[in-house]
Amino acid sequence: MANVLIRNVRKAFGSTEVLHGVNVEIEDGEFVILVGPSGCGKSTLLRMIAGLENITAGDIAIGGRVVNDVAPKERDIAMVFQNYALYPHMTVRDNMAFSLSLAKVPKATIDQQVQRAAQILGLTQYLNRYPRQLSGGQRQRVAMGRAIVRNPQVFLFDEPLSNLDAKLRVAMRAEIKELHQRLETTTVYVTHDQIEAMTMADKIVVMNSGNVEQIGAPLDLYDRPANLFVAGFIGSPAMNFLSGKVEGGAFKAEGGTSLPLPQTSNGSDGKPAVYGVRPEHFQLNPSGLPAIVHVVEPTGSETQVVAEFAGASVICAFRERISAKPGETIRIAPDPALVHLFDAATGQRAA
Amino acid sequence: MTDTLVPDSTAEVQAAIGYERPETLSWDSRLRRSVTIYIPLALFVLILLFPFYWMAITAIKPDYEMYDYKTYNPFWVHSPTLHNIDVLLFQTNYPRWLMITMGIAVASTFLSVGASVLCAYAIERLRFRGAQHVGLAIYLAYLVPPSILFIPLATLIYQFGLFDNPVSLILTYPTFLVPFCTWLLIGYFKSIPYELEECALIDGASRLQILRRITLPLAVPGLISAGIFAFTLSWNEFIYALAFIQSTDKKTVPVAILTELVTGDVYQWGALMAGSLLGSVPVALIYSFFVEYYVSSMTGAVKE
Repeated sequence: MANVLIRNVRKAFGSTEVLHGVNVEIEDGEFVILVGPSGCGKSTLLRMIAGLENITAGDIAIGGRVVNDVAPKERDIAMVFQNYALYPHMTVRDNMAFSLSLAKVPKATIDQQVQRAAQILGLTQYLNRYPRQLSGGQRQRVAMGRAIVRNPQVFLFDEPLSNLDAKLRVAMRAEIKELHQRLETTTVYVTHDQIEAMTMADKIVVMNSGNVEQIGAPLDLYDRPANLFVAGFIGSPAMNFLSGKVEGGAFKAEGGTSLPLPQTSNGSDGKPAVYGVRPEHFQLNPSGLPAIVHVVEPTGSETQVVAEFAGASVICAFRERISAKPGETIRIAPDPALVHLFDAATGQRAA
Repeated sequence: MTDTLVPDSTAEVQAAIGYERPETLSWDSRLRRSVTIYIPLALFVLILLFPFYWMAITAIKPDYEMYDYKTYNPFWVHSPTLHNIDVLLFQTNYPRWLMITMGIAVASTFLSVGASVLCAYAIERLRFRGAQHVGLAIYLAYLVPPSILFIPLATLIYQFGLFDNPVSLILTYPTFLVPFCTWLLIGYFKSIPYELEECALIDGASRLQILRRITLPLAVPGLISAGIFAFTLSWNEFIYALAFIQSTDKKTVPVAILTELVTGDVYQWGALMAGSLLGSVPVALIYSFFVEYYVSSMTGAVKE
């Protein structure tokens, strides 16, 4: 096990720079998730940690050793690929034993390691099958087993769940998290799914077009997003944004509605600002402001309402059941302690 | 379309239980099938097999039958004889020619496929600077016709002291086999997912280990079809064999048949045909053994 340091790393393909100086510190035993929209450079960063892409500038260190010029096989890492990359002509056993047999580990030790990994993952009865005879989830497990047998310092996962159906994805999510809790190996995991990031990570790195937007624990990102991008990316349904400006200790939306600000607010008067409210932080309140209901979406545990509020379309999520029909007006109010304020010009958090 | 496969009895059962089939559709599709598939296919097979049939019957015809179409039906044999085959096998060097051709074809095939594997792998997977241009250059080399290339090659062969030596053919056949096999294998390697190799790279394999333990086992159909092609091409090769070999006992089958069985202006048709027929047997055998791999490499990619 080891820590991973990414210092001011840049990557350019020809003249196009795709990573513009990324800094991430991953501690020993941590589960870190790189998350961001497609093309933000998260997979490239992971492949650079693996040694499959060379590093244009900056350093990557694994366990205190700078690995910029170290071949993948000498980095002591294991990687799980999106499409599993199982060797189709080898049995599950041979797939898992491949790396150890290349390292000339004695046969008895290989068998022992493969058995151990198979037991952890519940693959014992499939050891003699070929990958094509397995289901998607089982293949995913074999890919993880192949990583486990090597006892690497770092696990790398490249969108490992995106080829699975929704139900299996939820199950495998829990399985990977449990596996990490059991093995306590440093893990770097790439996904574009913010729910995966929120549920599994110790630490999330939110990336956008080659830059790190914010690094932090899942709930920190949720509670105090550093900028508009993170605020909009983390959380589902996404945060509602209302543009306007701060005036006399309150927020004046473009439509003229006045909304309450948190006590800690230090937004200066008159400056254009963006007011962010998470859907679940709207409350039904008879003395609140009117909102015209457009769509009501009951999910059972909560009810999501798309409504027109303060001159913008917002999504609200209520624990209560809503009987309102489209076109009717409900009265709602954002919880002042839980709203977010961003500078409209820079997108950075103001309060 | 499935209803053409339903036997009558089932149709009756279905009629009895009140299930009505649209009869016109069944009639229509059966007719359509035969017009669009079976008749063209039958014609194709007929045209393809006729030369073999002609070869076979000529090989066992006595001479007097061969030259007298009025008395004897040319498409049939009236009194078959093994005389032509006897002449071919026991009065010429035919068995030796077969052995020589086989040896040359096998050796140049292995040489070419071996070189092509390394070449195709390097071009497709190492992606070195200028790999595409090298690939193109190899392809262009294939376009130079042997009828031009044999002149400079003959000079080379002569200077190496290999004239009238079967080794000269083993070394010159790769000039057209390597480009061909390389292009075939580049295509096949392309169909093998790149992640497999990246994964093996992380697993600790070197490039050669990846080639030997991951890529080649997955490329077996491609290797076999490249091998078949190379074997067939060198088996049938004519111009180099004609130019570089002089002694009767070192000739390859295609050249020997033409130069040894046509004496002056006398064509020994029976022996000629017997020689061609026997000469095509090894190729036919190889194709029939590996036809599945061959087809899969032409049509399909690696499946997980």
